Amino acid sequence: MLPPVPLSWYLVLSVILFALGVAGFLYRKSVITVFMSIELMLNAVNLSFVSFSYELKRVDGHIYSFFVMVVAAAEAAVGLAIILTVFKNRGTLQIDEVDSMKL
Amino acid sequence: MDTVLFIIFAVVAIVCAFNLVLQKHPISSALSLIGVMGSLAVLYLLLGAEFIAMAQMIVYGGAVMVLFVFVIMLLNAGSEKASSKSWFAQLAGLPLLCAFVAVLGFFVRAAMPVLRGVRFGTWVGGTAERIGQVLFTQYLLPFEVISILILIAILGAVVLARKEID
Amino acid sequence: MNFYIVSLIKIALVFAIFMTTLAYLQWVERKVLAHIQSRTGPLRVGPHGLMQPLADVFKLLTKEDLLPPYVSRFFYLLAPFIAVSLALIAISIIPFGPEIDVFGYRTYMQISDVNVGILFILAIAAVSVYGVALAGWSSNNKYSLLGGLRSSAQMISYELPFTLVIVSPLLLANHLSLRSIVDSQAGYYLGFIPRWSIFQIPFPQIFAFIIFMIAGFAETNRVPFDLPEAENELVAGFHTEYSSMKFACFFMAEYANMVTITCIATTLFLGGWHPLFPAPYSNWIAPLVFFVAAILCFIAGVQNVRKRDRYTFPVFGIAFLILAAIFAVPLFWQVTMPIFWFCAKVGFLLFTYIWVRGTLPRFRYDQLMKFAWTFLFPCALINLLLTALFVAVF
Repeated sequence: MLPPVPLSWYLVLSVILFALGVAGFLYRKSVITVFMSIELMLNAVNLSFVSFSYELKRVDGHIYSFFVMVVAAAEAAVGLAIILTVFKNRGTLQIDEVDSMKL
Repeated sequence: MDTVLFIIFAVVAIVCAFNLVLQKHPISSALSLIGVMGSLAVLYLLLGAEFIAMAQMIVYGGAVMVLFVFVIMLLNAGSEKASSKSWFAQLAGLPLLCAFVAVLGFFVRAAMPVLRGVRFGTWVGGTAERIGQVLFTQYLLPFEVISILILIAILGAVVLARKEID
Repeated sequence: MNFYIVSLIKIALVFAIFMTTLAYLQWVERKVLAHIQSRTGPLRVGPHGLMQPLADVFKLLTKEDLLPPYVSRFFYLLAPFIAVSLALIAISIIPFGPEIDVFGYRTYMQISDVNVGILFILAIAAVSVYGVALAGWSSNNKYSLLGGLRSSAQMISYELPFTLVIVSPLLLANHLSLRSIVDSQAGYYLGFIPRWSIFQIPFPQIFAFIIFMIAGFAETNRVPFDLPEAENELVAGFHTEYSSMKFACFFMAEYANMVTITCIATTLFLGGWHPLFPAPYSNWIAPLVFFVAAILCFIAGVQNVRKRDRYTFPVFGIAFLILAAIFAVPLFWQVTMPIFWFCAKVGFLLFTYIWVRGTLPRFRYDQLMKFAWTFLFPCALINLLLTALFVAVF
């Protein structure tokens, strides 16, 4: 019988996932992958919400993560529409090639 | 049992997240992200959040990621080109990252109070019934606001993605 | 410990029966389609082609396992695996019957009852798009890609009415667990009208049932909504590049999805294992049906057209008689009756699927989308609003 997992492990996992999301956001050059990294960060935050909810024995954390999901869905709809438009106008998905606002 | 499950799915999540960052092709990244979401759903179940786990699979796994995969397929997005990195990033990147992780680790160790262990089934508050009750009493206003937000998002997406009429 | 052993036995039983059903469903489909089109269907392998599924399995297993050089290998191999495993998972929470007593051990005729059962089904349905989408994308082939794109768009679109109509019987049942949903449909109005969801007061879910079935056709990529594999435009759609066992996986996934959808329809709308009319009379329906089948077999054996029917039909007649005898023993009723009624309903719905395939032509793609968004979705929404209103008022 293994000892139960302490809640801090869940939080550490959440930190690792968030850090990887940030890394992807900074490191990747494709708009779609950058967008996916943002989703990964949101997921990591959701995990910490749910773990705190378990610790406090309250359901509020679940509600917050539910809201995060809804906002993420709305964000994905608008964001992907923007990506489609950018691709239609520029013919590229590379973030550093969309630079007409640059001096 | 839940320790084993936690370790398996935490490892899967981390490996998939690394894969997301390292893969060159967007569809591989998308698949890895689905892997992360699936393993997070299992972890939610371990934490007694059965409704959130299923919502995670339906909303993220089913709706958001299908949209991503759909757009990747539609635009036929190829592998991304490697861009030249600045000399500063090449030189100082790794040492700075290590230092950052060390500082972070120190603070995590110092600030983390001794938390109780998670046992599957000790708290089952995350049922659909309970969530519905709280959502429609205590959080009614945020709920309504968020439904307006999602309506606006749908309209925005339709406006952005429609064909140009000229 | 007992729990694990019983669960393993249940899983083995359900898996064996499910796989046999899948194999023979294909035989039934070919036979029914053939008779709709005035043909005879498979006839050579075994009596009345009954060994045909076995022959098909051997054929698919021994075919050359082709791996085209231009595909993206990992996803190409992953796609059929995703498709078939997700299709098979969903059966694990379908309740086939009430709590039964086997040698003093009480257990449910269900592998496991999940608190959020119906959400689990929706999650599986939502994720199963990836099998088809990935297959289409990884094949590196224009037709496959079009098939994959079509299927993802179609599944996202039809998921909306599908989910919305699932909600309305839930409002009547007040539960998410499939077992409780079935339990809430027990009993009879006026002693003879069953309290199934499609008859239930205050708002009968008959429209929801019809919308569910239509959306189910689209979710399982069946005719008239089989655009992802429309052979006259897309060769074979998303599985053009697949052969041998990998093709069989997609094939099996399609049939497994069909069985699952009909099982869910039965559970949600047709009262699961509850019989059409009250117990003491309904128990005699099953033996009666099998007895009539046996008589018909004997008659067909006497007036045989072909020589070997003289032997095959009486054998089937005897088999049906044995079945009738088993179903007539009151000792077994606690097991046999729920199974009979559940299978009868599922069988009827599966027959409807095949019937529709033999009857309707395929939709055009824009018609399909228009139908989903401008007709099916508003209908589902209105049905949900009315149900909510009636449930709230009464």
